[in-house]
Amino acid sequence: MPTTKTKARARPRKTTPRKPEAWKLRLYVAGQTAKSIRAFANLTVLCDEHLKGRYQIEVIDLLEHPHMARGDQIVALPALVVNLPQRVQQIIGDLSNTDRVLVGLALQKVG
Amino acid sequence: MPSGRPTLVSGGAGSGKTLFGLEFLVRGATQYSEPGVFMSFEETIPDLTKNAASLGFDLGRLVADKKLFLDHVHISRSEIAETGEYDLDGLFIRIADAVERVGARRVVLDTIEALFGELPNPGILRAEIRRLFGWLKEKGLTTVITAERDRSDHLTRHGIEEFVSDCVIVLDHRIREEISTRRLRVVKYRGSTHGTNEFPFLIDEHGISVLPISSLNLDHPAPAARISTGIARLDGMMGGKGFYRGSSILMSGTSGTGKTSVAAHFVDAACRRGERCLYFACEESPRQIIRNMRSIGIDLDPCVRKGLLQFHAARPTYGGLEEVLLVTHKHISSFKPSVVVVDPITNLLSVSTLNEVRSMLTRLVDFLKTQEITAIFASLTASGGDLEASEADVSSLMDTWLLLKAVEVGGERNRALYVLKSRGMEHSNQIREFLLTNDGLRLLDVYLGPEGVLTGAARVSQEGREKAAGTFRRQQLEGRGRELDRKRQIFEARMTMLRAEFEVEEEIIQQNIAESKLLDEELLQDRGQMVRSREADTSAYKRGGSAPAARKR
Repeated sequence: MPTTKTKARARPRKTTPRKPEAWKLRLYVAGQTAKSIRAFANLTVLCDEHLKGRYQIEVIDLLEHPHMARGDQIVALPALVVNLPQRVQQIIGDLSNTDRVLVGLALQKVG
Repeated sequence: MPSGRPTLVSGGAGSGKTLFGLEFLVRGATQYSEPGVFMSFEETIPDLTKNAASLGFDLGRLVADKKLFLDHVHISRSEIAETGEYDLDGLFIRIADAVERVGARRVVLDTIEALFGELPNPGILRAEIRRLFGWLKEKGLTTVITAERDRSDHLTRHGIEEFVSDCVIVLDHRIREEISTRRLRVVKYRGSTHGTNEFPFLIDEHGISVLPISSLNLDHPAPAARISTGIARLDGMMGGKGFYRGSSILMSGTSGTGKTSVAAHFVDAACRRGERCLYFACEESPRQIIRNMRSIGIDLDPCVRKGLLQFHAARPTYGGLEEVLLVTHKHISSFKPSVVVVDPITNLLSVSTLNEVRSMLTRLVDFLKTQEITAIFASLTASGGDLEASEADVSSLMDTWLLLKAVEVGGERNRALYVLKSRGMEHSNQIREFLLTNDGLRLLDVYLGPEGVLTGAARVSQEGREKAAGTFRRQQLEGRGRELDRKRQIFEARMTMLRAEFEVEEEIIQQNIAESKLLDEELLQDRGQMVRSREADTSAYKRGGSAPAARKR
């Protein structure tokens, strides 16, 4: 368990959804570890590039809301959970591999 | 189980790992008030609950009582994409949360190796699992980690045993001669002396039961009280009082020598004393035994109706040897009999090897002794074999050994019984013939003759012969007596005759003596007259004359 001092990070960061099919992304982290900060940064860059204005990132700090890990079956962190039309996709890791994140998000067509 | 440390439970498919974990938690929650967390990586919670219910665990209630927390960790590779470094903090947090919710002291991870299949990058995973174990240990949680074992030279598929170095238990599911035995072995247990043997265990409606191969100490009580065998004269053969209470009696014999009948007598006697009996019949059905025993005048039916006698009839082949032992244990524990009959133990051999039967019986005997239960084990000896070699080779476990045998003499088979050994009491060394009569088993008098112990018709005829010989000897004796009388009479007659002759001779001799005396005196007188007539010196005469007279007198 990372011993980083926890800080409220459950700050839903909203950009005004212009289109109805706005992406709802949930990023699960455990405290502000290097990995989680990296993951968040990577995600923001990626979304700005591919989903400009059509996304919504919810960062969930499991240190504060541990019970939420169960709902989305979180085991590995950081984990990005996306509700795709057919299924729930989980993308784990610090999201440094952009291509794989895009594949996971089924966003190739956009990119 | 090492408290506050992780334990690895490893075993092949279907060896009972999950159940082991579940039982560990349920027992902890119900008996030691140590709540637990079950992290399932394979089965879903409804499945788990259902499975556990089949073993008598009500997980739903425990969860509602906050004694147990079930969490199903579901991950599927298809839903997960790895995009860089990750860690298992999510899992940590889930466990930590679950532990906190119920205040758990125990954690089961079943089967953590499933993660290897679902998450990429085993390198990270291994490091994380190592961290997890360290963390669990640090938290002082007693943890059971299950792992799949696919090859016999590996404890776990992914080698996680190297992280769990405190205690390793291997579960095994072995099939020998079509009957499976589950076995458990403590491979490693740091800081504790542990049994290194394999212990058979069973899974039934009450969960897992491990039966130690044998009790470690021989410290069962030894009551001095004696109980009757139900056959008065058999009691007589054993110091007049019968078996020791709590002793184990082996009764071996070839087929048809009356083992069941002797056992029935014992049972009957115990029921009459108002004691409970448990009869494990491995060959006959209870109805059959009751019917057959009625033919020798023992009616066990009332005992059954009074609830003093309980039969448990099952062929051992219906389950493994361990199952038999466990069932026996369970029946004994629930019925609490003071007398147990197992008829016959030889049947157990059909489901297992001699070694296993022996170890099983050792455990059974130990168990019975600690309960102070008197037990009779009937053992069928192969005819023609060595009678004193009991089939299951358990004689050394037994306190008393009755040997029943058929003696074939003169075209008939007779039953004989003897006490081959009986620890701690004087017992007859005689082979006794017995009959199965309408009113029970009857021991006959020992026929002991110059030609050894005889049975049946041979005994009767020998007794006849003996009688004839006796008469003959008596007659001979009488004859001799008469002869002696005769001889005495002859002797006496002769003596009378001799005496008569002697008397005759004596008379003659006396007469002679008298005559010669007379002659002497006359001579003397004559001489005196001559002296006087010759006028010799009187004094000289007197001196000379008186001397011969005195000599003569």
